[in-house]
Amino acid sequence: MGEKPGSVLIIGGGVAGIQAALDLGNMGIRVHLAERAPSIGGRMAQLDKTFPTNDCSICILSPKMADCSRHPNITLHTLSEVTNVLGQAGSFKVSVRKRARFVKEKDCINCGACSAKCPVKVPDEFDAGLRTRGAIYLYYLQGIPPVMTIDKEHCLYLTRGICRLCETVCPRNAIDYEQQDEELVLDVGAIVVATGFDPFDPSVITQYGYKRIANVITSLEYERLICASGPTGGHLKRPSDGGHVEKIAFIQCVGSRDLYHNPYCSSVCCMHATKEAILAHEHDPNVSSYIFYMDLRAAGKGFQKYVARAERDYNISYIKGRVASITKDGDENPIIIYEDVDSSEPRKMAVDLAILATSLVPRNGVEGLAKILAVETDEFGFLKTDPFSPLNTTRPGVFACGCCREPVDIPECVLQASGAAAKAAEVLRR
Amino acid sequence: MVEGSDARIGVFVCHCGTNIGGFLDVPDLVEYSRRLPNVVYSKDNLYTCSDTGLTEIKNAIKENELNRVVVAACTPRTHEPLFRSVCREEGLNPYLFEFVNIRDQCSWVHMREGEAATEKAKDLIRMGVARATLLKPQEEIEIDVTQCTMVIGGGVAGMTCSLSLANQGFDVKLIERESQLGGLLNSLHKLYPNNEDASRLVSKLKGDVKKNKRIDVLISTTVSNIEGFVGNYDVTVKHGGEDEHYKVGTIVVATGAEVYRPEGLYGYDGENVVTQLELEQLLRDGGLEANSVVMIQCVGSRDRDRPYCSKICCMNALKNAMIIKEVNPESQVYILYRDIQTHGTRYEEHYREARENGVVFLKYSPERQPVVEDGTVRVFDELLGEELILPFDLVVLSAAMVAHPDVKDLAQMLKVPVDESGFFLEAHVKLRPVDFATDGLFLCGCARWPCDIGESISQAFAAASRSSVILSAGRVVAEPIISFVDEEECSGCGLCEMNCPFKAIRVEETERGRIAKVIEASCKGCGMCGAGCPQRAISMKHFSDEQLVAQINALTGGGL
Repeated sequence: MGEKPGSVLIIGGGVAGIQAALDLGNMGIRVHLAERAPSIGGRMAQLDKTFPTNDCSICILSPKMADCSRHPNITLHTLSEVTNVLGQAGSFKVSVRKRARFVKEKDCINCGACSAKCPVKVPDEFDAGLRTRGAIYLYYLQGIPPVMTIDKEHCLYLTRGICRLCETVCPRNAIDYEQQDEELVLDVGAIVVATGFDPFDPSVITQYGYKRIANVITSLEYERLICASGPTGGHLKRPSDGGHVEKIAFIQCVGSRDLYHNPYCSSVCCMHATKEAILAHEHDPNVSSYIFYMDLRAAGKGFQKYVARAERDYNISYIKGRVASITKDGDENPIIIYEDVDSSEPRKMAVDLAILATSLVPRNGVEGLAKILAVETDEFGFLKTDPFSPLNTTRPGVFACGCCREPVDIPECVLQASGAAAKAAEVLRR
Repeated sequence: MVEGSDARIGVFVCHCGTNIGGFLDVPDLVEYSRRLPNVVYSKDNLYTCSDTGLTEIKNAIKENELNRVVVAACTPRTHEPLFRSVCREEGLNPYLFEFVNIRDQCSWVHMREGEAATEKAKDLIRMGVARATLLKPQEEIEIDVTQCTMVIGGGVAGMTCSLSLANQGFDVKLIERESQLGGLLNSLHKLYPNNEDASRLVSKLKGDVKKNKRIDVLISTTVSNIEGFVGNYDVTVKHGGEDEHYKVGTIVVATGAEVYRPEGLYGYDGENVVTQLELEQLLRDGGLEANSVVMIQCVGSRDRDRPYCSKICCMNALKNAMIIKEVNPESQVYILYRDIQTHGTRYEEHYREARENGVVFLKYSPERQPVVEDGTVRVFDELLGEELILPFDLVVLSAAMVAHPDVKDLAQMLKVPVDESGFFLEAHVKLRPVDFATDGLFLCGCARWPCDIGESISQAFAAASRSSVILSAGRVVAEPIISFVDEEECSGCGLCEMNCPFKAIRVEETERGRIAKVIEASCKGCGMCGAGCPQRAISMKHFSDEQLVAQINALTGGGL
């Protein structure tokens, strides 16, 4: 045995990866935190508020992000993906590809002169496609590192050799079209996977009319729509006409508990629909919401009380039953067609906005990552773990936490992340 | 220069997206702040806590030679450490930072009265600036950490947590009040979701704990007193009538929960009407003889007394229903439920399988609860819209998970809160799920909230990690917000010693007579000693009378 490697690689810089990094860093262990996106923050950064306390999501996340970026034991690698893993628990050799940002991180002051001039318009991923961004863009306002990124797929200069406008307007000479991808090789004793989830694309459930009916949107789109830093500045407007919203339907289990798509329960949707309905009412007390559910799953700490409050104080009604389909009327109002459980009769309800609680599915690319890590996935593509060793993957020294192993809410992500940090520390200190 | 007369204060007002900016007139607050005494700089930030905002603070400290920083934003609970460390990084003592909470105290509570809320925010900022002017640098207190954790409770959570800490190289005292380790696991037959024998899991854990030299197991032992503070807790335990004392750095609470005894509900008699826990024993002993079994969910859960869902009962009922079906395929099993809780990727298929295997699910509403009569259960099925009469040989009640009755004593000894249902309350529901608000105290398993074994195990590792963070550092830094005795004024009367709830101040004989001395590491800065001091000899560091009076005068226009 040679010298014990003293560091841990964490893959994924969402709330789980951040928590694992902070715990390990604070234990005095060196951490490499690899995030594929231009900034850490993950899904939690996209949410408006969090249940059941209605804490502003980014407000409670950003101090942790800042701690992470300033921590002497934590090295952030954004735009980075793992490409190869050799060795075994205690002494892995991991190759990481860090994609070129084409912007010098040290020089960019995030003034926005470049993105304002960029002639390219592409859908903004962070805002769930609800607005466009340039090919040079800020991933999001509170992102870390707080610098611009050039998306080379869309940059006119990098694809066709024309433009260079951003370079012309940058007051700091921070643009660098010559930047190359870098290959890093890291020696680590343990690996923690925290790659999170993607929302299921509901357009395959054609009867719900997503993409066909403008006022049928997903939960994640809704989170951006009501978020202060979102595309409407937090004003709840109908996508079709910018009109006022007073009646909202929340459709649960979209792609979840569905043998044609994802047979499992996505765990968090009953509660986030409840939260989203509460937020709508806080934006405008005239809003009434209808949540169409199969079984109301409010088992976590404080959740039943939250639901009771939703019903009592926020004009929210829970209707048991799976929605059959959604159509629209001439005013682009979604019409919800459902079965009324009491009378067993089909019913129709016209609303201003319908929100699909889409399942949580593994992040795209997890399959490839699992192969690189040589860990197994379960039948749904989540990383496989044992019920009684919930943080162990099938490979010793590689641990999993958060939504890459199963859909879970934020506290569960956070505690699993701490747990995975303990497991990694055990490997290093054995 | 940091004395009052030379104060150069910078005020940063946060929009917090629209959390504040959507309701208050932030530019007006910035303008207002700039005109306050000693303020030399003011600025708004979209998010003061973002990297951009923090950089703006740092630059302003440098460029404007600020020696005090006031942030008017959200809550010190989540953000004070961040802003303090930004000050520290720019060479400013972190206690020259003042937080003004204009989100929770203005924009959130007065959402519909933006103008009045803006005026209130001005008052709060003016008060904050007045206090900031008088702030003094403070030196933080460093304390050594005893390299040992006490884990209270030897169930699956406590054992798992102990093992992880021991595997990280730390000593553990594992306290169990029963005569054997294992907790509730000892009473279970098979475990969902894979029907593993509970006895197998528990004996593996017990074996690993016994083998581990770093874990000192104390069975038939209860905690009787806890004193001290992070890094240095003094715990007294009772074992065989004898008191034993241990010094530990951190404490993990893993005391679990118990199953509610549904006395007086649904004809519970422990024979024909039993709990799921009693059914487990029947199944384990092979003593079940019943052709028709009716299970009733939410017994004692989701009602007026216990409004919460006990989380584990649906899966437990499904598992036992399937075992009954397996042992006796001819048997009929009904599950009367309100909402089936089979969350996540593993559990839903058990619900599906149970239905496919002929387990009958009937949904009842809390307004029309099932009625157990002699040999039959009457239930109104909401989905069919009909009342059904089910003959039974055995009724099984899925009784709630409830907090141990002695949780209150432990909570009092630890000085930590419990919620209205008796479960321990963590520091922050979202982001600090296994920490107590008091440093060095952690929590896992059903003492926190009902959870299943997999979740208990995750939480146990989490508590181990959080505990390891403190033990690994070897030293902790405590806030110097503690009391301070003016030895000239102290008469040594000892009233402070009597008033202190933390045994953090005591009168000592000195060359100059009897004088009160503060035990800095134990002092929590509550101010009880100072408030009761007849000589007014005791003041609070960082919350001096002078600072507080200045704050009040700033509000009232003076005169106090």
